[in-house]
Amino acid sequence: MSNIPTNRQYTRNHEWLRRLADGAVEVGITDHAQHALGDLVFVELPAVGRSVNAGEACAVVESVKAASDVYSPVAGTVTAVNADLASRPELLNEDPYEAGWLMRLESGAAAAGALLDAAAYAQLLADQAD
Amino acid sequence: MSFVPHTPEDVARMLELIGVRSIEELFDEIPSELKLKELAGVPAALSEMEVGRLLTERASGDGRALNFIGAGAYEHHIPAPVWAIANRGEFYTSYTPYQAEASQGTLQVIYEYQSMMCELTGMEVSNASLYDGASALAEACLMAVRANRRSTSRRILLPRTVNPTYCRVARAIGGGQEIVFQPVDFNRASGRTPLASVSSFDAENCAALVLQQPNFFGRFEDVDDLTQWAHERGILVIAVVNPVSLALMKPPSQWGDVRDGKRGADIVCGEGQPLGIPLSCGGPYFGFMTTRMQYVRQMPGRIVGRTMDTEGRPGFTLTLQAREQHIRRSRATSNICTNQGLMVTAATIYMALLGARGLERVAAASMQRTRDLLAALTRIGGVSSAFGAQAFHESVLLLDRPVAPVLAALAEQGILGGLDLAEWYPELGHALLVCATETKLDIDIQRYAAALAGVMAGAASACRAT
Amino acid sequence: MSGPQLREPLIFDLGKPGRHASTQFPPRVAGDAEIPPHLRRAAPPLLPSVSELQAVRHFTRLSQLNFSIDTHFYPLGSCTMKYNPKACNTYATLPEFLACHPLGPAPQGFLACMFELQEMLKSITGMQGVSLTPMAGAQGEFAGVAMIRAYHRARGDSARAEIIVPQAAHGTNPATAAMCGCSVKEIACDQSGDVDVDALQAAVGPQTAGIMLTNPSTLGVFDRKIQEVARIVHGAGGLLYYDGANLNAILGKVRPGDMGFDVMHMNLHKTFATPHGGGGPGSGAVGVGARLLPFLPIPLVGRDCGRYRLFSERDLPQSIGRLSGFMGNAGVNLRAYIYMRMLGRDGMIRVAECATLNANYLMKRLQAAGFETAYPGRRASHEFIVTLKREHNMYQVTAMDVAKRLLDYGFHAPTTYFPLLVAECLLIEPSETESKEELDRFCDAMIAIRREIENDPQSLASAPHTTPVRRLDDVRAAKHLDVVWRPAQ
Repeated sequence: MSNIPTNRQYTRNHEWLRRLADGAVEVGITDHAQHALGDLVFVELPAVGRSVNAGEACAVVESVKAASDVYSPVAGTVTAVNADLASRPELLNEDPYEAGWLMRLESGAAAAGALLDAAAYAQLLADQAD
Repeated sequence: MSFVPHTPEDVARMLELIGVRSIEELFDEIPSELKLKELAGVPAALSEMEVGRLLTERASGDGRALNFIGAGAYEHHIPAPVWAIANRGEFYTSYTPYQAEASQGTLQVIYEYQSMMCELTGMEVSNASLYDGASALAEACLMAVRANRRSTSRRILLPRTVNPTYCRVARAIGGGQEIVFQPVDFNRASGRTPLASVSSFDAENCAALVLQQPNFFGRFEDVDDLTQWAHERGILVIAVVNPVSLALMKPPSQWGDVRDGKRGADIVCGEGQPLGIPLSCGGPYFGFMTTRMQYVRQMPGRIVGRTMDTEGRPGFTLTLQAREQHIRRSRATSNICTNQGLMVTAATIYMALLGARGLERVAAASMQRTRDLLAALTRIGGVSSAFGAQAFHESVLLLDRPVAPVLAALAEQGILGGLDLAEWYPELGHALLVCATETKLDIDIQRYAAALAGVMAGAASACRAT
Repeated sequence: MSGPQLREPLIFDLGKPGRHASTQFPPRVAGDAEIPPHLRRAAPPLLPSVSELQAVRHFTRLSQLNFSIDTHFYPLGSCTMKYNPKACNTYATLPEFLACHPLGPAPQGFLACMFELQEMLKSITGMQGVSLTPMAGAQGEFAGVAMIRAYHRARGDSARAEIIVPQAAHGTNPATAAMCGCSVKEIACDQSGDVDVDALQAAVGPQTAGIMLTNPSTLGVFDRKIQEVARIVHGAGGLLYYDGANLNAILGKVRPGDMGFDVMHMNLHKTFATPHGGGGPGSGAVGVGARLLPFLPIPLVGRDCGRYRLFSERDLPQSIGRLSGFMGNAGVNLRAYIYMRMLGRDGMIRVAECATLNANYLMKRLQAAGFETAYPGRRASHEFIVTLKREHNMYQVTAMDVAKRLLDYGFHAPTTYFPLLVAECLLIEPSETESKEELDRFCDAMIAIRREIENDPQSLASAPHTTPVRRLDDVRAAKHLDVVWRPAQ
C-alpha cells in the first residue's frame, strides 16, 4: 500500500506539495510514483531563479526503465533545489516525502486545477489500479 | 524457393492443431477485397548457383579501378582478420544486445570500441555508433542545440570547408527541428576558415560552431583560435574528424586554450569508414560520436556500460537507455534505434590490430603518398595546386580546363582521378580533389601522372583548336 | 573438450608495449612532417598493443559469448529474426563491389541490382516509388514523416503538424514525429486490438498531418478496420504512414498501398533477411504513393538512355534531401536484393504463409499448455502476445524472469514489456525459417518453466544460471557510469 501523508496536497500526475513555514512551496513526487518508476538513477532539476508556470515540465526523474517529467503544480520562481539528489538519487526511493524533495518555489498563485487531498489521491490510485 | 523447413506433413499437422483446413484460412481476418491476387513484379526464383552467376557478372562489369577519390570515403588496406572475424555468425547474425546475458560478446566489443574512440578523440564518453559520418554531424548539431544551456539559439555556424554532403544531410535532418545553418566562408588562397569569417556573426545568436579537421580540402584549420573564439562566447564546438588522422593530430579535446581547466571541442563526430570498412559503393559505414561526460544525457544512440552481475562479476550492459526512443518516445534525444554494430565490430578489430603505432604509420604513409601525388601531378602543364602543399591525405588541384571531361578520359583508362568540385565550389574554377592513401604505390602514382599528362596534352590541343 | 571460455579480459589488458601485429603496418615514411607543431598529437592514444593471434583469439572468444541466429532460436517479436542466407553475404562482398568508390562513375552492375530492388519493392508494397537511402527503420520513418510535412507545405497547408500514433506503436514512431517537428497524439486501441475508430474520428482535424500505423500491429493482429481508418484520415486531409516492421506477415498477401497507405518504410534487415549484426547496420527503404513521389529522399536509382544513374537534387528539386553521405547502406540493400532473387515470387508468398503458420501453431500450443494470450479470439499474425499477469499476481514472477530463464534452455528471449499496453508480456515471433521441431522444443521449454514457476518461483528470479554472466545490475550501470576503459593508475 502506498504511503500518502495527510499534511500534503497531490496532483493527478503524482506530484506532492506542501507550504513550508517560510511560505515557500516544496514539491516532490509521491511514494506511488517512485515505486512505479523503480530505482531512480538520475534527477534533472531546474535552475534556481527560473520562473515556471503551473503545469510546466521542470524536472526529470529517470530510472533504468523509465524517464518521467515532473510538472510544477503551481506557478512561481524556483528558490531552491535538492542538491543531494545529484549524488544520491536513491533518496527519492528511500524517502520521497522528506529527504527526497525536489524543489522549492516562491509562489503567491493558487494551484492550476484542483489539487487533491490525501484521501482523494488515495481514491485516484485505487481507481487507477482497477 | 525459400528457406522454409516445413514438409507437407508438418504443415498438415500444424494446421490440424490450429484447427483450420488451410494456410489461407489463417489470413481470414484480412478483408477479402484487399487480398492480392498475384505478385507480378517479382521474378521467379533463382538457385544460389544462378544468383551467384548473375552477381558475379554484374560485379565484373563494375571493374576495379585505380582509385584516387577520397571526399569522405577512403581506401585503406583492411587486414584479413577484420572481416574473417566480423563475419562470424555469432557477430553477423546476433540481435541488438538488449538481453545482456546473451550478448556479452557484442557488448564487450562495443565497450572496447567506446574506449578506443575516446582515446583517439580525447573525450570522456562515446556512443555505440550512428549511421554514418554525415548523419552523425546532423545528430551532433541537434545535440548541441539541446546541450547549450546558455543559449536558446537554434543557429549553427557551418563552415564551407566542411564536407558539403554533410552540410546537406545536416540541413535535411536538422531542418525538421528548425535548426538554422549559417554558412561560413573560407579563404580562397589558403583553403582555410579564417577567424575573421566567424567573428562577423552575432555570437549571441549561435548555439554551436562546426569545425572539420583536416577540412574537406585536406587542409589544417586553425582549430585553436576558432575554438577559443567560440568558447569565449559560450558557443559549443562540434569537431568533425577523420579517425586515422588522430593518430598524428591533436585530439579535439586539446583544441583551443585548454590551460586552467578550460576545454577543447564539446562534441566530436565523424565517419568511421577509414577504420577497416570497405568502400562498398557507399555503405554500410558507421558514424562515431564522443563528448564530455557533462553532456552524456544529451547524446543520441546506444551506450554500453560495465557493471556487476548478481555474483559480483564484471559484465556489460546497455545503459542510460532512458534517453532513447523505446522509453522516452516523443521526448527521446533522437529517434535512432539501430547502431552500425557490425561495422563497429570490424573497426574495433582494425584498431586492435593496428594499435597506435600502426595507425600512425597508416596516417603518415597516406600523407606521404598524397605529397608524392601532388608533386607528380603539378609537374604536368595546366595542373597546379590550389592551396599550397600542406595537407593531410587529400588536396585540391586546379586544372586549366573543365574537370569532368578529364575525369571521364581517365576513367576510360581505369583510373578514378578524383572528385570534380564544380558543383559545390564553382568559385574555385576547375578544381579537382585528389586523395592518396597508403594503398597507392609509386607505380600507381606514376600511372596516374602519365595518364593525366596524356589527357591534358591531347585535350589541350583540342582546346586550342576551338 | 571444454566449451567456450566464459570470460575474456579486455583487449587493453592483453597487450604490452613493443608488441605489434607488424605485418599490418605500411612501410615507414617521414610523411607527417607537414603537420604544424601546434596541431600535432603530444602522446600516442592508448590503443591495444597485441599480436595478430592475440587479437584474433580475443575477438573470436568474444563472439562465442553471443547468442545469434546461426546458433540459437530467437523468437523476438517485431524483430523478424529469420535465417540470413550465407549467399547474400558472399555475393554482396564480391571484390569489385567492395572496391567501388561511391563518387566514381556510376557502377552499372551494382545499380542494375538496386534498380531492380526498387522495382520489386514497389510491386510487393503497392507503392509508386521507392528510395533505398534510409539507413535504418527509424531513418525511413523520418523520411516518411518529412515527406508528409513537405507535401502539406507544398500545398500551402503548413498548419498540419500533428501525427497520430496508436498507443501500441513502436517507440520510434513518436520519436520520429518529434524529430520532424510534429506533435504527437496517441490514441487507444479497442478491446479486440484494432484501432479505436471513434477515438480516431475524434482525434483528426485540420491539424492532422497523418497517422503512423503498423499492420498487423504490434499486438499481433491484423487491423480489420484499416479501410475505415484510411477513409477517416484521408477525409480529414491527413496521410497514412505504414511502419513496415511487420511486413513479413503479409508478403504477397496484401499490400500497404492497397490498404490505403500513402508512404511506408520497409525494414530490409527484418523482412528481407539482411543480418542484424549485433545492432545494425539495417536498411529502411521508403516507398510512396503518387502524391509523395516528388519528395522522395535522394539519391534514387534511375535509368536514362539505357544507363543507370543516381538521381539527385537536379532531378528531384522538391526532395526532402539527403539522409546519408552517399547512398545509404548500399551493401545491405545488395544483400536484400540477393535474398529476394533467391526467394522469387512464390518463395516470397511462402514466407508470409509459414511465418503466420508458425505463429498460430505456437500460440495454440502455448494456449493449450495454459498460457494466457492477449487476444485469444483473434488470429495471430506472424507474432502474438503471451501475458504473464496471472503468474505475476500468483507467484510474483515477471516476464523478465521467464525471458531470462529461457536463455538457460538455449532460446533467446522473446521481446519483453513491449507493447507497453499489455502487462507482463512476451511478444513472440518465430519467423518462417524455424522448423516444427524447434517450435516444439521452445514450447516444451515454456511448459517446463511454467512448472518451475509453480514449484520454485525463486529459481526464476535468479535466472539465467548458465550464461557467461548472471543477471546484471542495471541500476549500478546507470548510477556509476563506467563506459570507458582507463589504465590502472
